[in-house]
Amino acid sequence: MDFLRDPIGFVIQWYVFWLGGLGLPAVWVELIAQLTGALVLATGAMLFVVFLIWYERKLIGRIQDRFGPNRVGPWGIFQPVADMLKIFTKEYITPIGADKITYNLAPILAVAAVLLLWSVLPLSVTVVGADLNVGLLFLIAVGGLGEMSYILAGWGSNNKYALLGAFRLVAQLISYEVPLVLSALVPVMLAGTLSVTGIVQAQEDVWFIVAAPAAALIFFIASLAEIGRSPFDLIEAESELVAGYNIEYSGLKFGMFFVAEFLHAFTVSLIFATVFLGGWRGPGAEQIPILGFVYLMLKTFVVYFVTILFRGTLPRFRIDQMMNLNWKVLTPLSLALIMAMAVVGGLTRGLPLFWQVLAYLLVNLLLLAVTDQLMRINQRKRARFNLAMEMGRGILTTSTKHGTGE
Amino acid sequence: MLGNWLYIGIFALVALMMPAITILIAGILAPQRPDPIKNSTYECGVETVGPNWTQIKIQYYVFALVFLIFDVEAILLFPWALAYQFLPLYAILEGVLFLLILVAGFLYIWRKGALEWF
Repeated sequence: MDFLRDPIGFVIQWYVFWLGGLGLPAVWVELIAQLTGALVLATGAMLFVVFLIWYERKLIGRIQDRFGPNRVGPWGIFQPVADMLKIFTKEYITPIGADKITYNLAPILAVAAVLLLWSVLPLSVTVVGADLNVGLLFLIAVGGLGEMSYILAGWGSNNKYALLGAFRLVAQLISYEVPLVLSALVPVMLAGTLSVTGIVQAQEDVWFIVAAPAAALIFFIASLAEIGRSPFDLIEAESELVAGYNIEYSGLKFGMFFVAEFLHAFTVSLIFATVFLGGWRGPGAEQIPILGFVYLMLKTFVVYFVTILFRGTLPRFRIDQMMNLNWKVLTPLSLALIMAMAVVGGLTRGLPLFWQVLAYLLVNLLLLAVTDQLMRINQRKRARFNLAMEMGRGILTTSTKHGTGE
Repeated sequence: MLGNWLYIGIFALVALMMPAITILIAGILAPQRPDPIKNSTYECGVETVGPNWTQIKIQYYVFALVFLIFDVEAILLFPWALAYQFLPLYAILEGVLFLLILVAGFLYIWRKGALEWF
């Protein structure tokens, strides 16, 4: 294997070979190799957050017509490092009456749940953590583990704001998991496998975002809600709940929630890029594996950029609006989408790939257009209703004014 | 396959240890000067009234129940989606029929007003 074409795979192979040369039993070699891989990947992901925080703050600053961090180092790139040093030396304040076990377990579990997602994602042709045959299900299940940590935090803090935040958060996260899981069925149907590597390989001819844009849209919106970012950030709504579930946390325990949030946002982009944008696929990615890694990172950063754009430009939803969007728009749409995709796929089975993809695409666009029209009609109806209510209120207030003789 | 799950297990341990050790190190570095006022529950400067583990609106449980139905159904649908490419048309239609029954239940929930947030 050539070092220049695949440096990461080369180092891994060299390392395993070197371990084998030490004279250890084969089981130990495998164990140590896997432990090292896990350590390197987890540390890399954690350190990567430092860069993510800088990137996001800089971008949000530009959106809000500011400079963002620009004092520490060139373009303020060392600002997160300074923040990290500061947060390392902050005191932990454990509130009186907090449930010690759940209170301390929550920040650890929050980071662990996100880090664990990285173990099944293929980063390039040769660098695959674990190629599980239930990969996508694993991603969804472990993604759901993060919710546990938030309710633990809210419940363990002995604080009303925290409890309220945690309940809102669980209501939001479990609701948005429904369209997330349902839209994840579509790539499984198209690829015929649950393995994440298999899904990437199945996108050789066409990316799934082309074949199923509606599924990609639902998946993207649902994962935006899963990471709890604006416009879905009412779980830690600063203006209503002060900070939500993490109100009683301080020092690095709070920092861990912060790390988990940023890493989750990036990981969700990574999952989206893997499942819908073809993962490491690109011209020449199979011959030169390092190119695949570069492609994957490019795609992920495009998705992450869109996530930050959403965060920087959209106002926060009200809780009933958020629930309506999920249960009355996304869930019916994803159910209809699965049925339509199944029928269309069954009918066009014998046709060449081009026509098949075209049929899928048309069905998706049709469903999106119908949903759009229905939402518009509903909005017009509601506007009329509100207008009637306003007029009714106007009559009421004037009559009471006359009644009291003012 | 077993090696893969071993890797997942090792990764889970590492992922749990990583933040735990970081928090421990920070705990050693950081000062510890607790006092009763500092440690009291935060509530906008006033003292907390009543118990902090309060009752929560019933609405949350309704949504949790609806979620449960959909989650179980999704687990049932994954094998169908996995085998989808090898299924004959009638098996696909059977899956669609299953989804239609689910949609009927969903519409019932909707009409009952369980999806309204008030």
